[in-house]
Amino acid sequence: MRITRRMPTALVGTLAVAALSLCACGSDSDDGGGNVTLNVQLFGSFGYKESGLFDEYQKLHPNISIKFTSVQQESTYWPKIQSQLNAPTGVGDVYAAEVSRIAQVTQNQADRWVDLKTFGAGDLEADYYDWKWKAGTTADGKILGLGTDIGPLAICYRKDLFAKAGLPTDRQELAKSWTSWQAFLDLGKQYKAKAPRGSAFVDTAGGLYNAILGSSIKQYYDESGKPIHETNPAIRDAWNLGVQAAQTGLTARLKQFDEAWNKAFSSGSFASIACPSWMISYIKGQDKNGSGKWDVAPGPGVGNWGGSYLGIPKNSRHQKESYDLIRWLTAPDQQVRLFQDSGIFPASKVAASRPEVADAKDPYFGDAPVGKIFGDVAQNLPVAVHGPRDGSILDAFNNGLLSIETQKTDPDKAWKDTMKNVENLLG
Amino acid sequence: MFKARRRAGQGSAPYLFVAPFFLVFAAFGLFPILYTAWVSLHAVDLQNPNESTWVGLENYRKLFSSDFFWNALENTFTIGVISTVPQLCIALGIAHLLNYRLRGRTFFRVAMLMPYATSVAAATLVFSGLFGRDFGMINWLLGQVGVNPVDWDSGRWTSQNALSTIITWRWVGYNALIYLAGMQSVPADLYESAAIDGASRWQQFRYVTIPSLRPTILFTIVVSTIGAIQVFGEPLLFGGVSGHLGGAGRQYQTLGVLLYDEGWFNYKLGYAAAVAWTMFVIIVVAVLVNTTLARRRWRNAA
Repeated sequence: MRITRRMPTALVGTLAVAALSLCACGSDSDDGGGNVTLNVQLFGSFGYKESGLFDEYQKLHPNISIKFTSVQQESTYWPKIQSQLNAPTGVGDVYAAEVSRIAQVTQNQADRWVDLKTFGAGDLEADYYDWKWKAGTTADGKILGLGTDIGPLAICYRKDLFAKAGLPTDRQELAKSWTSWQAFLDLGKQYKAKAPRGSAFVDTAGGLYNAILGSSIKQYYDESGKPIHETNPAIRDAWNLGVQAAQTGLTARLKQFDEAWNKAFSSGSFASIACPSWMISYIKGQDKNGSGKWDVAPGPGVGNWGGSYLGIPKNSRHQKESYDLIRWLTAPDQQVRLFQDSGIFPASKVAASRPEVADAKDPYFGDAPVGKIFGDVAQNLPVAVHGPRDGSILDAFNNGLLSIETQKTDPDKAWKDTMKNVENLLG
Repeated sequence: MFKARRRAGQGSAPYLFVAPFFLVFAAFGLFPILYTAWVSLHAVDLQNPNESTWVGLENYRKLFSSDFFWNALENTFTIGVISTVPQLCIALGIAHLLNYRLRGRTFFRVAMLMPYATSVAAATLVFSGLFGRDFGMINWLLGQVGVNPVDWDSGRWTSQNALSTIITWRWVGYNALIYLAGMQSVPADLYESAAIDGASRWQQFRYVTIPSLRPTILFTIVVSTIGAIQVFGEPLLFGGVSGHLGGAGRQYQTLGVLLYDEGWFNYKLGYAAAVAWTMFVIIVVAVLVNTTLARRRWRNAA
């Protein structure tokens, strides 16, 4: 018989990372004069600091000071947050959850995050894209996160390379030619025939796979929360297209977010990439002299990749103040500003419909109407079914495709290895 | 009588002096080891570490029947061998050279220690760049002599050799300095009499230096073995997004990386604790084997 017992909480901190939660606590308590320090811990780049929003908020609320830390990699950030969530007293006041983690919050950890409805967040629902809002609420209606941004998908491509290979370069024309992902790959084969030396059509098989699956309502879980990675036909289709791209040499055989991948944006190792809205500023950062070379066109399907939520852990000692902060940070005005400053696409459809966003054109991308391209996708996205381990399962699939690309692994074996990895992480 | 009493009186002072170490060790060394053992007998989810379910030896049973474990064990062993053996041999050679009266000796000795002072992260990131498939300097150099670019990351041997280069680079200097210190305590008259007997430089190294360094060599072997079993940062960072698997096909996943993957990617803290304890046992066994083998060999040689 299995016995479930509760371990003394203080003892749990022994494993290395868990120990992180016990140190670095600082004292963020009330100093008696009504001054409150909010400990905001994020990952990657949300643009708040860069756009001066934290400073502005502190000016508007002199009694609030914001202590902000950021971890570069989400994959190191999230495990750290896990131990903090379970610490007896508050370590942080505001955390972020990436969309691939949000179901873990809503399905497994609802008791550790503040229900924002208690502070009146229910009124905000109409502001948000339906699918974005729903993913941040639990089945029984608790609101655990406010959407910061989304990642509607298009295709970014190198006009100069397309032209060299004799492909059309006009975004409308391209969008019409790749009406399906198979058509996209067929164009890739055309590209390969006349491509400049050392240039592949698309960056990675994994990126392609993820974009294809992104348009599916059901991905790794069904509505009842059962994992369907082995049986979902949408996964098989996306996988098969990824395999096809890998085996016909259409991919640059890189790992996304690796140094070599970063360099490839300017070197031309690949001519196109499945491109969520946040990739726009990523490309600009990697290919500083790329203005005029790049363009962006609507992709073969509607999909979403990335985007986040801000939430408040139950062990925060300043829940109301934290709520006021995240509500302000995610308000349409601020989302518009973040879009203008860093191209972070609003999760709020009110913000997305403002002319500053909806009519935005990007000179770097040949004056492409980025606001409309991404906005149209966001508008048409279905309410997808999320599951607690979406991100890790995707990672396993990416590595499976990567092994086909770089290690010439047989696709059947790669599929079996992937299933094994997924079962290991779920088991 | 008198003598014994005096010894007892003196005896308490040394114990008091070493007590702080053992207290700290009990809190930060012994307790975590025992507590990890306790955790390894439970199912603990990283998402909810306050609750745990007693599973007995189930974690160990699963671990020993997992291909991933045996793969990681094998990788740890091969990476350990191909990094430790050259590392110690090169260190011995360098120490021998540094033991001569060289101009700028201090400079060389300090320079030797620089890689050791470099962080794993910094060193690994630089080396991943050097070993890059498309833009790496090593492939560029190979290209100069007509060798096709090597995809260092994707092959089992290529990636493990790349890792062994990083590890060797970081630790050669450290071991060289320890050997050097050992060499300087070898009495000069031993060399003199060897020279009078007509021993060449090489023979002096072989028959005077090496035997005198026995305890030092044993020490470095033990320390390097422990280090090799714990290799973690290099493969994790070398692999980028697939670092936690040790490459897309787990081609360089070590036990340390497996522990991290199971605990922090797959949320199985109890299972990760079982990996940790298995590593601990392997280290203890490896050290015991090392020391007994070394002792027996030297006793036979002597």
